[in-house]
Amino acid sequence: MLVLITYDVSVTTDAGKRRLRRVAKQCVNYGQRVQNSVFECLVDPTQFAELKHRLEAIIDVETDSLRYYFLGNNWKNRIEHIGAKTAYDPEGVLMI
Amino acid sequence: MRRLLNTLYVTMPDAYLACDGENVVIRVKDETKFRVPVHNLESIICFGFAGASPKLMYLCSERGVALSFLTEYGKFMGRVTGGISGNVLLRRAQYRWADDPTVSARLARRFIAAKIMNSRALLHRLRRDHKETVDSLALDKAITWLAGTADRLEKAGNGDVIRGVEGEAAQVYFSNFNQLILSQKEEFYLFNRNRRPPTDRINALLSFLYTLLAHDVTSAIESVGLDPQVGFLHRERPGRPSLALDIMEELRPHFADRLAVTLINRKQISADGFVVKENGAVIMAEDTRKEVLTAWQKRKLEEITHPYLEEKISLGLVPYVQALLLARHIRGDIEDYPPFFWK
Repeated sequence: MLVLITYDVSVTTDAGKRRLRRVAKQCVNYGQRVQNSVFECLVDPTQFAELKHRLEAIIDVETDSLRYYFLGNNWKNRIEHIGAKTAYDPEGVLMI
Repeated sequence: MRRLLNTLYVTMPDAYLACDGENVVIRVKDETKFRVPVHNLESIICFGFAGASPKLMYLCSERGVALSFLTEYGKFMGRVTGGISGNVLLRRAQYRWADDPTVSARLARRFIAAKIMNSRALLHRLRRDHKETVDSLALDKAITWLAGTADRLEKAGNGDVIRGVEGEAAQVYFSNFNQLILSQKEEFYLFNRNRRPPTDRINALLSFLYTLLAHDVTSAIESVGLDPQVGFLHRERPGRPSLALDIMEELRPHFADRLAVTLINRKQISADGFVVKENGAVIMAEDTRKEVLTAWQKRKLEEITHPYLEEKISLGLVPYVQALLLARHIRGDIEDYPPFFWK
């Protein structure tokens, strides 16, 4: 399934900046960065539970927020992209 | 059933493969060209020589991602295998079976019977679909002859006899192979099956597809805990994935031969997409290689109902399923190994 993850991490403090970097790093491990704080992760339920657990251990719920959007297995017709930074299709032919 | 994950094909000659966290990263001249999480991948096939970092190799072997290196023309160079894993008892059983000529012969007969029947099915299909244009008489003869080998194969007691029957069947099949080609007949003509190096376009195409298939079958065998190097029909030779070659026999017609024919008949590839070298070797040009890889990858996503499991799976999982069935048979869970028959 494809999960879209977006986050807002408060960077007013150094601790906040550190959290932002750590959140981004976890997201990169599981998916592709489609915009600055937006990640598309193709994961199975176990992998998602793992990622969720990791992210929620990092953030500070008082100041930061995380949003998950579940696009399911038929995610391809739920996404439209305009403009620069086109994403790759993780289920399509990957040829570099 | 397990899900089929994606394969990453790296065709840029100066690409370097590295690892960053859980990502496979492709760099060209220190610039990151592409990154993909390793858990989205089933395997990586790398064409060219630039290299890969040991850390990436470790990541791949740890996550069961098959990493193979091919020359830019698709000749197999090597693959990365990690520490030996899987069930040692299963592997020991496999070795004992491989040492036993009776058991080996029985399994070899299964692989070859399926191969012959699948190649016969291909000819049969052609005769049915193109009655007017093909030489039905020759095809009929070949089809009947191939069907007749089933009896001889059943009686064949040892590996050499089986290999003999296989050789004759291949001869009959490949001598009718040109009938499968319905367009671009002059450019694509198979004189006889040859390799190292292939000397005509069809041979170049077939060899390339067989290499891709061997990669998939080898990694499938490894993922079920068997040893790809110890086969029943193919004899052991250092570095040769004999068991993979065994299982490949039954898959060749449907996976590789048919795709080759389709690509030619639909004119997805053309004669100028091949380069003839001074020594007579024929190799694929870059565009053709990409076209073939794309077609191969798309084909693997097609859904079929597996004839034995009666379950819907993607075609790309068939090597895994066959390896799994063989492992189950060696483990004693099923009576006999059911090869992949496809109509």
